[in-house]
Amino acid sequence: MKYIDEYRDSRVIRSLLRQISREATGESYRLMEFCGGHTHAFYRYGLIPLLPGSVEMVHGPGCPVCVLPISRIDAAVALAAKAGVIFCSYGDMLRVPGSDSRSLLKAKADGADVRMIYSPLDAVKIAEQNRDAQVVFFAVGFETTAPATALALKLAKQRNVENFQVFCNHVLTPPAMQAILDPSDDGGLGNISAIDGIVGPGHVSAIIGSSAYAFVAEKSQIPLVISGFEPVDLLESVLGLVRQINEGRAEIENQYTRVVKDEGNREAIRLMDEVFELRGSFEWRGFGMLADSAQKLAPAYAAFDAEQKFQVSYPEAVDHKACRCADVLRGLIQPEQCSVFGKACIPENPLGACMVSSEGACAAAYSYGGLVEAGS
Amino acid sequence: MSRRLDIEHGVVDLSFGAGGVASAQLTREVFAPQFSNPILDRMEDGAVIDMPPGRLVVSTDSHVISPIFFPAGDIGSLAIHGSVNDVSMMGATPLHMSVGFIIEEGVSFSMLKRIATSMGAAVRDAGVSIVAADTKVVKKGEADQLYITSTCIGVVPETIQIGADRAREGDSVIVSGFIGDHGAAVLASRESLGLKGDLKSDSQSLNDLVAAMLACGVEIHCMRDPTRGGLATSLNELATSSGVGIEIEEQAIPVREGVRAVSELLGLDSLYFACEGRLVAICPAESADALLACMQRHPKGEHAAIIGKVTGRRDMPLILHSAFGGSRIVSILTGDQMPRIC
Repeated sequence: MKYIDEYRDSRVIRSLLRQISREATGESYRLMEFCGGHTHAFYRYGLIPLLPGSVEMVHGPGCPVCVLPISRIDAAVALAAKAGVIFCSYGDMLRVPGSDSRSLLKAKADGADVRMIYSPLDAVKIAEQNRDAQVVFFAVGFETTAPATALALKLAKQRNVENFQVFCNHVLTPPAMQAILDPSDDGGLGNISAIDGIVGPGHVSAIIGSSAYAFVAEKSQIPLVISGFEPVDLLESVLGLVRQINEGRAEIENQYTRVVKDEGNREAIRLMDEVFELRGSFEWRGFGMLADSAQKLAPAYAAFDAEQKFQVSYPEAVDHKACRCADVLRGLIQPEQCSVFGKACIPENPLGACMVSSEGACAAAYSYGGLVEAGS
Repeated sequence: MSRRLDIEHGVVDLSFGAGGVASAQLTREVFAPQFSNPILDRMEDGAVIDMPPGRLVVSTDSHVISPIFFPAGDIGSLAIHGSVNDVSMMGATPLHMSVGFIIEEGVSFSMLKRIATSMGAAVRDAGVSIVAADTKVVKKGEADQLYITSTCIGVVPETIQIGADRAREGDSVIVSGFIGDHGAAVLASRESLGLKGDLKSDSQSLNDLVAAMLACGVEIHCMRDPTRGGLATSLNELATSSGVGIEIEEQAIPVREGVRAVSELLGLDSLYFACEGRLVAICPAESADALLACMQRHPKGEHAAIIGKVTGRRDMPLILHSAFGGSRIVSILTGDQMPRIC
């Protein structure tokens, strides 16, 4: 398959692994893959045990399912349970447990009309076909999914689909990265993982462009390599980071040039600017409230805002007390270091969000991990 | 005698499930002509069957697939293939079937006839007969068009011992052809995805392939058709039942380009895609080449391949090795595979 096979070529992969081993001669390289898609790929291809011992991959918070706080899951479940509401969600979100393990899947079993969709445009279509219902789309994700939500909103406005509502939970990548790199910005949480380099998000960067990360190199003096999702991509990015660290450089490199441009996707950015505006602050699981870190609907789209229409409130909710998702998301611990990992908390019965989404570090480690010895 | 059903325009209403004249008419005009055989045609309360010698094998399965018609198959042929294959996986010769239909009010006679015709063709192709059948009609909204439950019985001689707990360390693992065709075709045909391509379901009966495998005289320890949950789930189950580990080589597993494309596009793993016309067999390593050659000579095993081996490693039932030396655990699926957000 074109654009896939050449990035999974075993000869190229072996040669990259040899090169990384030759060059990673420093004591330790703590590299964070920010994006959950990268976490998933590192595990899926079994790459972590093949890296030399000096290179440690730290998993970041780039899993949209994982960073959504429980209070917002609870709000989604409450919205879905309202009479006359058809609640549309990406499949990933359905199993995420809220308070008392309530999830959208359980709400559906109790009679709520919850539908799994692949695109927000499907939710607009459902709204057009069910004019007497309120169709709420659970908008979740980073800058990757936000343009699709924006497009759906624009379409709904053009076609006067007044029964289409968006419960907007879109979050932004740069503020979260800043919180990881600059502990003084973390709202007093402290103990943010010390890292030497970042494998930068691929799909997010395709939208916001590589120039959006300038602050990382300038302010934090840490190198960042934007990476694709195939084994060759990931290893080239690791090699690039090792080289920068060895040479004392802190630059933004773009390994994923076949997809990511410096300026990003201008059309998508324009669309988002039209439909969304910045939220003053937003709660992230593991990080608490982060300023200017999320999007909400712009005043021109207020009529489609489920939060306003249904006056959604966010009663305080607490994570399961044994769950250490928050520490996993901040890169403080590896999933296996959580005491309930693989015991009380498994994909069939997740205590925290990191065990739900396949992009979650815990789910990836549980599903694919456990192979301690390399190439066993 | 009432008028004949208007097959072209008519739909099922609740009277067709009341057990009266209408029910009998539905059976007589839609189903019986397709399923006709001497045992069924007697229309007794129960089928009386003379069985050949051997141990009896029974399997039952309910089918609730959406969409009902998919590329290269439909819920009817699937219901036949599913149960015929389950019986075949025990090394048995499938002989007779019973089928039950739950029909939603409002379903058209023409659709039912199309499905009955497809089932008739599938039973003839597999060389089995439907000896018992039932229909029920439920109110609109109480079912999604049509559900079919099928049961198949067959016989297996004492000399054939195939079971999920019989895999032994050192055994070879063989798959009969491309995996995931059915799952990918059904996914792609769900209209909301808007995917176009030439993906076709692999739905087919496997009793003739199994007969050819048994005829080649090689000892077979386990057989399973990797339906729901795909190859990954079947191999996990076999490993767990046998108390062994299974290790497979990614590049040895036959997967069509189109199926790979669907899995890459949706972020799903084709190892979990359902197959409805493939089997996985485990046999002693020294017989693997002979069994493989025998399978490849059969049209339904043309693309068969040895994909891995059985190990003594009980802590991790299924491990996948990539071409470059990476390894990962392949676990049993949790719920449905959910497409990832990004």
